[in-house]
Amino acid sequence: MSSVADGAGDSYYGQPIIKQPVWTPEIPAYFFFGGLAGASAGLAYLSGEGPLARRAWATALAGAGVSAPLLIADLGVPSRFLHMLRMVKVTSPMSVGTWILTGFAAATTGATAHALTGRMPRTGAVCRPAAALLGLPLSTYTGALIAQTSVPVWHEARRHLPVVFAAGAALSAGGAATVLTAPEHAAAARRLVVMGAVAELCAVLAMEQHLGELGEPYGVGAAGTFKRAADVLVTAGAVTVAAWGRRSRGAAIAGAGAVLAGAACERFSIFRAGFQSAADPKYVVGPQRARLAVRRSAAAQAAAGRRSSA
Amino acid sequence: MTFTVRTYGPDDTPRKGFFTDTSICIGCKACEVACKEWNQIPQSMRGFTGKSYDNTVDLGANTWRHVAFIEQRKEMTFADGLVEHAALEQIAADTGLQTYQEGDGLRWLMASDVCKHCTHAACLDVCPTGALFRTEFDTVVVQEDICNGCGYCIPACPFGVLDQRQDDGRVWKCTLCYDRLKDDLTPACAQACPTQSIQFGELGDLRNRAEQRLAQLTEAGAEKAQLYLADEDDGVGGAHAFFLLLDEPEVYGLPPDPVDATRNLATTWTSAAVAAVGLGVALAAAVFGGRR
Repeated sequence: MSSVADGAGDSYYGQPIIKQPVWTPEIPAYFFFGGLAGASAGLAYLSGEGPLARRAWATALAGAGVSAPLLIADLGVPSRFLHMLRMVKVTSPMSVGTWILTGFAAATTGATAHALTGRMPRTGAVCRPAAALLGLPLSTYTGALIAQTSVPVWHEARRHLPVVFAAGAALSAGGAATVLTAPEHAAAARRLVVMGAVAELCAVLAMEQHLGELGEPYGVGAAGTFKRAADVLVTAGAVTVAAWGRRSRGAAIAGAGAVLAGAACERFSIFRAGFQSAADPKYVVGPQRARLAVRRSAAAQAAAGRRSSA
Repeated sequence: MTFTVRTYGPDDTPRKGFFTDTSICIGCKACEVACKEWNQIPQSMRGFTGKSYDNTVDLGANTWRHVAFIEQRKEMTFADGLVEHAALEQIAADTGLQTYQEGDGLRWLMASDVCKHCTHAACLDVCPTGALFRTEFDTVVVQEDICNGCGYCIPACPFGVLDQRQDDGRVWKCTLCYDRLKDDLTPACAQACPTQSIQFGELGDLRNRAEQRLAQLTEAGAEKAQLYLADEDDGVGGAHAFFLLLDEPEVYGLPPDPVDATRNLATTWTSAAVAAVGLGVALAAAVFGGRR
């Protein structure tokens, strides 16, 4: 999209055309913890029994426990958080996500109780797969949520954002499990760290390639700082975990800690980039002008075609 | 093709809306004042902005009507000025369209902006609580007793209309005077407009009127005159508040090709589903990949 510059000419005193979100840092923090919780539940379920599974279940429960308060704190009227459950609405990823998180939190509570105490086998049998399954959309719907807006860097990245968020969730779950589990039991977590890191770096690169000039806000200001921090932390952390994570608990904790910080930074980068692209009218007007130009030239060509055939 | 779902049964009413003819706006801001008074909206002091006569700046939680002022200067020689002056006098006499003033090459565009009450409203689509709803007049209204201030509608709106009220946390916007419509009254802004730049009525009537006015202005030489949001095939399915503009939309701070994000919802959800499955596969690969 080489159209951003076209929009720079005309604006109303440089005023933004769309409003910036009013969301506070609780929201990107939730993106991180929600993804961490969702993917941890999947990791725990697939790992079956054992130290890794128990720690991943605890991580999933902690993540879910942090998520709800973060979301409620961000509301303009926190006392009305139950209004979120008035309806189920497919056109609102926030509504769908609320139900996913509600179900996930309930299932994860049951699953973790079973995993840590060994009691309530029937509750565990139902809750474990339910939490693992709900954890998958919990990790990706947040990408759909911000894509379903008029913010250019989010809406135009609607194919990529859920993938970036899924990769980040895998990375975070792997990282948390690597930190918490002794190296001899954490092979799966280390593999997840490496896969998640590669996937996240590639997905972000693909997103930026797709956005082209429109993706500029990802590279500048606070968003750019967060992104560069994320790239360094994720790369260095994943390399550390892969190279020394099996032999040294210290290296595993340091590397996985860096990876966790990197995954959080990537969420904040995406979040801030949305504000930056909403604030400047050129990112809104440029692509729209380009769309109109294409439509108008197509219409003119059709009209010319009719004239020449007549 | 229209996608409007009519759900009000026998209580349904014709689609109502605004046609704002900016060519006859005189920038008096009576609409802003009437709106504030009727709807009891808190003050929104922005100070002296230096942006022509505009000290309101934009639409938001506490500004549901906003008059934009654009000063355009056109380069011209003395001789051009005389010729243009004579031509403009004639246009002004014939049509009531006065644009460049007195041969000095200054054109002052004024336009009263408002919530568009889109046929396909992104704010309404994304609202998770159902606080935003479609009225029997097909307008879009926020229920103040339901809104919990989640803020999703704010970046969803392609026009930047909605915003959160700082001291109360909820989102507020133009209701197209829902209370007045229920009593068969004209909305406050249209009632107060002294030049009928803001016209209220049934959408079909308004569109016919707008077409006629556009033809008149185009014939009189207003090259860039255009209807904005009057087309059912545009990205928001046409709006219940549409405009006759004398220049491109972005000059007035309006998006030239707004799109309801819900149009691309299938792609967005598909991507989220594919990513979720991919995550499941990656988790399985990580857990079982080492146990060959």
